[in-house]
Amino acid sequence: MTDKLLDVRDLAVSFRTDRGWIPAVDSVNFTLGEGDALGIVGESGSGKSVTALSLLRLHAERNTRIEGQVLWRGRDVLKLSRGQLQQLRGSEIAMVFQDPIHTLNPVLNIADQIGESLRIHQGMTGAAARRRAIELLDTVRIPDAARRVNDYPHQLSGGQRQRVMIAIAIACQPKLLIADEPTTALDVTVQAQIMELLRQLRADLGMSVILISHDLGLVSEFADRVMVMYAGQPIEMAPVDALFDLPLHPYSDGLISAIPDLDSDLDRLPTIAGSIPEPTRRPAGCRFAPRCPHQKADCRNTVLPMLEAGGGRAVRCTLHVTDKRAVA
Amino acid sequence: MTETIVSVRNLTRTFVQGGAGGKQLLKAVEDVSFDIRRGETLGLVGESGSGKSTIGKVLVGALPPSEGTVDLFGTRITPQSRDRAWKPLRHRVQFVFQDPHAALNPRMRVGQSIAEPLEVKGGMSRADRHARVEELMELVGLPPNFLDRFPHEFSGGQRQRIVIARALALNPDFVICDEAVASLDVSMQAQIINLLKDLQDRMGLSYLFIAHDLAVVRAASHRIAVLYAGQVVELAQRSDLYQRPLHPYTRALLDAVPRARKRQRPPVLGGEVPSLLNKPRGCNFSTRCPLATEHCRQVEPALREVEGRQVACHLV
Repeated sequence: MTDKLLDVRDLAVSFRTDRGWIPAVDSVNFTLGEGDALGIVGESGSGKSVTALSLLRLHAERNTRIEGQVLWRGRDVLKLSRGQLQQLRGSEIAMVFQDPIHTLNPVLNIADQIGESLRIHQGMTGAAARRRAIELLDTVRIPDAARRVNDYPHQLSGGQRQRVMIAIAIACQPKLLIADEPTTALDVTVQAQIMELLRQLRADLGMSVILISHDLGLVSEFADRVMVMYAGQPIEMAPVDALFDLPLHPYSDGLISAIPDLDSDLDRLPTIAGSIPEPTRRPAGCRFAPRCPHQKADCRNTVLPMLEAGGGRAVRCTLHVTDKRAVA
Repeated sequence: MTETIVSVRNLTRTFVQGGAGGKQLLKAVEDVSFDIRRGETLGLVGESGSGKSTIGKVLVGALPPSEGTVDLFGTRITPQSRDRAWKPLRHRVQFVFQDPHAALNPRMRVGQSIAEPLEVKGGMSRADRHARVEELMELVGLPPNFLDRFPHEFSGGQRQRIVIARALALNPDFVICDEAVASLDVSMQAQIINLLKDLQDRMGLSYLFIAHDLAVVRAASHRIAVLYAGQVVELAQRSDLYQRPLHPYTRALLDAVPRARKRQRPPVLGGEVPSLLNKPRGCNFSTRCPLATEHCRQVEPALREVEGRQVACHLV
């Protein structure tokens, strides 16, 4: 990758609680080039959303410690001043969240909410901002945009609200769009519409996208590369087809086979025994070892880095890797 | 021939919307009929507003039917007879909700939660109740010594096991699972579905399995009814439905499920479910259907038998 937009190095995030600092995420390393689509997949508690929010420092600062580096076009986001950060958010990097009813302001109409970022980042006001808002609603395919721009969030359906959120996110033509479970609250047919929209916008605007989801199927239809997270760490990184053809980490394998199949009448679904460990009770060595069908004697106490697995792949497991070299 | 335990005929449930001056009747469920036999799971699939949860609430007695009849274990429940008819049946029908976090009292030890239905029904000594709770914990795959813990000490999947244990306390015949695995991670979903099937095999339970996720429904059900805007559009054996969906909406729902390595991306279904206050004139799905003709837009299709299943579509 020649044009590295984003380069995340040894990112670690911990939160302050009544019981002291709790590590949420650690050892996150990845890069993103211009126009790339990266999927981050994991179950609840895997750290995927914590990772995404850290990229823009959206956690409450008082109770959060973020270590490592988040290099955005060479500049470390973690070292930016508040003012610099504000310039970055919404203009160069934008974000879409899961639940559009909670992220839209119920007492402002759509024109005002899209206009807000146009005013802050592009100094656009009045009629110009309104014209642009209508244009953006058109772009996200809300019919009758000139009229709908005066609507309030409660007048829209769930799918339309998420379209508005996307319109706000792309208002300043960001280089990177972070979409955190953007369709989880929506019906399947509407989900398919929103994903189609994101695909088209990515192509039309040349944006890079980080798509975060618990749904491996959804990610596989959208992303070029996938990072699988477990218990606060990335455990596998691979091009999407390679991951599905041969998952190298037993957890990725379990996750893929646990997806209920649409093509066969299985009477028993394959499962992964046990559940994800709490952040305070993570095993010392491989965090998946207690649930792993392939665990060996030293798995429980050996801390592994991501190992080079060839073909642009890396995995935090020795099962399928013969030449044990850490990823540079 | 196994015994039919639930028989729903022409069930309609309406709600009154709006206040003074602007009252409107909203038909959440319209003319729905189906049977469930002993030991059988009927999957009920649909998007939001399809009426699937309303049907669940009528079958558990939380809502009376507006029109039509429900027969449970041979007892007829009509809009008039509802309260009297329900009393002797209550313990035989149980409910498992979507969110196990909200379904458990956070200040009650889980053992107490599971014992509560036994206490309410009465006729059991304290020691017997305790023994029964331990048995139930084991039945759902939880160590019995966990019964003194509080819900927050459990993961989402474990909490759903506790909710299932409580639902089974009174030995029901019929359990309604309303999005019972929707809030769980994939690996937990599979565990809970397997558990429900094991319990069905051991206890001869019948389930109404309500879900929006077609993949999950396939794994859990024997037969499946697809709902759209309050009506059944297709009802079929699961292999028939998935291998050859006949209704264009069933096909669109299947196409919309995101999957790894799809051979080709099917066309995306446009539009949204019509407002129940303002349904289209002909077929409810005609506003979104890629195949709709003028006839579809004018005349509502009836549900009819086609190749051993029921479909409501003019084009089949």
